[in-house]
Amino acid sequence: MGLDFTVVPGHLDIILLGCAWTIGIALAAALLSFFGGIVFAVIALYAPWIIRQPFRLLEWVFMGTPLLLQLFLIYFGLVQIGIDLPAFVAGIIGLGLHFAVYNSELIQTAILSVDKGQMEAARTVGLSRGQALRKVVIPQAVRDVIPPIGNNMIALLKDSALVSVIGVSELTLSAQRAIGATYRPFEFYLVAALFYYVINLGMEAVQRRIERRIAISR
Amino acid sequence: MDIDLMMRVYPFFLAAAWTTIQLSVLTALLGLTMGALGASARLSRFALLRFIGAAYVSLFRGTPALIQLFILYFGGPQIGIQLDAFEAGVIGLGINAGAYMTETIRGAIISIDKGQREAARTLGLSQWQATYKVVLPQAARLMVRPLGVNLNMLIKATALVAAISVVELTYTAQRYIGSTYKPFEMFLLAGVLYMIIIYATGRAVAWLDRRVQIT
Repeated sequence: MGLDFTVVPGHLDIILLGCAWTIGIALAAALLSFFGGIVFAVIALYAPWIIRQPFRLLEWVFMGTPLLLQLFLIYFGLVQIGIDLPAFVAGIIGLGLHFAVYNSELIQTAILSVDKGQMEAARTVGLSRGQALRKVVIPQAVRDVIPPIGNNMIALLKDSALVSVIGVSELTLSAQRAIGATYRPFEFYLVAALFYYVINLGMEAVQRRIERRIAISR
Repeated sequence: MDIDLMMRVYPFFLAAAWTTIQLSVLTALLGLTMGALGASARLSRFALLRFIGAAYVSLFRGTPALIQLFILYFGGPQIGIQLDAFEAGVIGLGINAGAYMTETIRGAIISIDKGQREAARTLGLSQWQATYKVVLPQAARLMVRPLGVNLNMLIKATALVAAISVVELTYTAQRYIGSTYKPFEMFLLAGVLYMIIIYATGRAVAWLDRRVQIT
């Protein structure tokens, strides 16, 4: 049946709205994954054995299973235990936790590679262990790890397409809605891909700027 | 936890895991082929090939794999490409994985010291011989571990074909969650099988990596 892109402008409003949702969800999930990653890293490194070991098992499960499967578990699992969250919240939680685990791996390595003298010096000037971690060690670790976390965030943006499967009206599902009305899958998925690509390029540009900033601050 | 239910449905999960394994193997083979082609293009002497290689990597890594899969499977018939869901899954995921593997392979090749090629050329080997007898054997050692990471991601990415109704592990879990309302049990069944597959693959890659290292 050939291609006909003239149908696209008529549905551009839904697509743009979908874009806004995608950006919002990706931002919220990125924030969750960043701070979650720091908390997870601290638990994995410093929590008592009884918490640390089951936690590591959980991290292992999160890294060894597909995100899509985890989204189903979180979305339907929360409903089952009586927490009826809107799909987009479940999507943000799923994406955020999934990438928090990956960020945590990076942050753990970075924390361990911060010179021991930093912690010792902080303790000597009277900071408690928690304060020393929070104010001295973690800020340095996070700075080292921003470029690879940036890569994770770009992966997160692309994986945010998966939340369409649990019914969140972001870019992918918006394209599907337009396709439902026009029966033009090729055109609308291509348009959606284009928008993802543009957002992605924007993120890469931001990432390069931040990396330059960090390079200067050293 | 509903053990009875899990005992009743686990054979379906085993069958689905077999489909996931088939998908993973075929996708990995296609991905490696595309990766080798892509890396050759990106390192080519010809500017046009380099551009095509770079565009391939940028476009396929810059958009969601799910959308690529949808374009191929749902949009394909509009441009005369009729594939069943399994074929579309393998081809779509394989081309996507190839873009990542292109960068892995290229990275390993360009990290081999230039002096190696120059020395080989000085000894009278042709450009082609220098590549195949000197540079690639050394680069291959460096590729194993990062390609293992690509493989790990690829196995998890096979879950995406659930969205085009290929009956693999994630689709099976989704269907049984829908019919039994036991998300945790179904996640456990599918999750354990995924982790076995991922763990076994990881061990195989680590073994291969040890084999190819010269110590």
